[in-house]
Amino acid sequence: MSDALATQQPAYNYKVVRQFAIMTIVWGIVGMAVGVLLAAQLMWPELNDIFQPFSHFGRLRPLHTNAVIFAFGGCALFASSYYIVQRTCQVKLFGGFLIPFTFWGWQIIILAAAITLPLGMTSAKEYAELEWPIDIAITLVWVAYGVVFFGTLVTRKTSHIYVANWFFGAFILTVALLHVVNSMAVPVSMFKSYSAYAGAMDAMIQWWYGHNAVGFFLTAGFLGMMYYFVPKQAGRPVYSYQLSIVHFWALVAIYIWAGPHHLHYSALPDWAQSLGMVMSLVLLAPSWGGMINGIMTLSGAWDKLRTDPTLRFLVVSLSFYGMSTFEGPMMSIKTVNALSHNTDWTIGHVHSGALGWVAMISIGALYHLIPVLFNRAQMWSVKLVNIHFWLSTIGTVLYIASMWVNGIMQGLMWRAFNADGTLTYSFAESVEASYPGYFVRFLGGFIFLVGMLIMAYNTYKTVAEEKPAEEDSTAADAQPA
Amino acid sequence: MDINTLRSFAVVLVAVAFVVVCWWAFSPKRKRQFEEAAQLPFADEPADEQKTEQNETNEQKETEGDNLQSADHKRGQG
Repeated sequence: MSDALATQQPAYNYKVVRQFAIMTIVWGIVGMAVGVLLAAQLMWPELNDIFQPFSHFGRLRPLHTNAVIFAFGGCALFASSYYIVQRTCQVKLFGGFLIPFTFWGWQIIILAAAITLPLGMTSAKEYAELEWPIDIAITLVWVAYGVVFFGTLVTRKTSHIYVANWFFGAFILTVALLHVVNSMAVPVSMFKSYSAYAGAMDAMIQWWYGHNAVGFFLTAGFLGMMYYFVPKQAGRPVYSYQLSIVHFWALVAIYIWAGPHHLHYSALPDWAQSLGMVMSLVLLAPSWGGMINGIMTLSGAWDKLRTDPTLRFLVVSLSFYGMSTFEGPMMSIKTVNALSHNTDWTIGHVHSGALGWVAMISIGALYHLIPVLFNRAQMWSVKLVNIHFWLSTIGTVLYIASMWVNGIMQGLMWRAFNADGTLTYSFAESVEASYPGYFVRFLGGFIFLVGMLIMAYNTYKTVAEEKPAEEDSTAADAQPA
Repeated sequence: MDINTLRSFAVVLVAVAFVVVCWWAFSPKRKRQFEEAAQLPFADEPADEQKTEQNETNEQKETEGDNLQSADHKRGQG
């Protein structure tokens, strides 16, 4: 098919993809390092006092979440969507000056976040803490992103729009909608504003935004990555293209309703809570449909997993995706949520998705991309890629296992009553019992961060040196699991 | 009619929409078209390097040209 096109390849715009790919690694290290510091602060509270008040947990926590979601995850999404839309539409990026504008604009926004959040400027909406001037800047960059992406789709040379681009398109449109609606605020000064909504309505809009930041930013966008890089790295087309179409429409239609499960047993009307729960349960079906579609792409090529650590990253990320999209609906059940809410279980669930799914599929995609972008046959050291894979996997497992134990323990301690109706445990007792888990979590996060540093070194070597490290060694050829 | 009757009707509409999407995606008429679409990630590689299900064995051996697009797959691992 399309042989005519294949012979006359357009000169793709790889510059912006390279920029975003490198910054993905940089912001990944920054965001995860702050995360490790926060984990250490919970273990050793004295660390809050390094540079008060800027180093306080409450100020650094939004810095961590914004850095890993929007800086690390955002740059990974920009890089991969710009790459995939060009390759599958067989056309150069549309938009001229808007292309570098999205890169530099996004980087300046990240820097602004890194400055204002430790200074304590926040609108206090989770994952939307940035104050109104930065919110306006985000909107401008996002509209430019939309123009570049959809402009490229419109000018495509292929007749069909590949499924990965559908997911990226839904992600860009929905995030624009979520951001604009949720960030509506009344400014009272340059750096302070108040939400335009009040009470339970404000909470509902916040979690409609918050859960769809997960559903569209951290899921749909990364599924777009999955639908391109898994087939590409496995060397075979996706298991079922038809399933991917049903997957797309079911996922985007259902995710948008799941937000109320963040507000169980709150002032939100009961019917809305139940609606959020039911929609979250239904969501299991499209999530697993997509996961199975990705994993089955390897059927008949499973042996590649033994030799290709990049493919391992992609496939293990899908396994974590399957795991956390099973855990999520389960936790949205009101009776389960009564145990899990406000405990470390939630943190464990988020990181099973964030480290296991989002970070690992981005890392896999980058290991595929970097050699292509810098005109190399492979990464400088495939051995280091493999080491990185094991560090990431072990780090993630330590993190989520310790948070499961902590979370369930906390939930059970908080709800334990004596015969006379008094609480069995004080809150401080549950904090004390959490210390071992906090240490294991710190360890897991630290191991994951070490993997990212190895990736940075490997990337530097790949870019700087022509020859791979293991050209003559056979070690790179076979790396048994 | 009560507004809630209309709201309940939305559930039926969504269910019907889901069946229609499934029918549209899985109808045999469009099977070929989707199989072609599934090949899009490989379509912009030079013709001699196209990787499909037919040439599974040894497909990692590629000739490397000067253009960026040909260094698509990592080599030397198989």
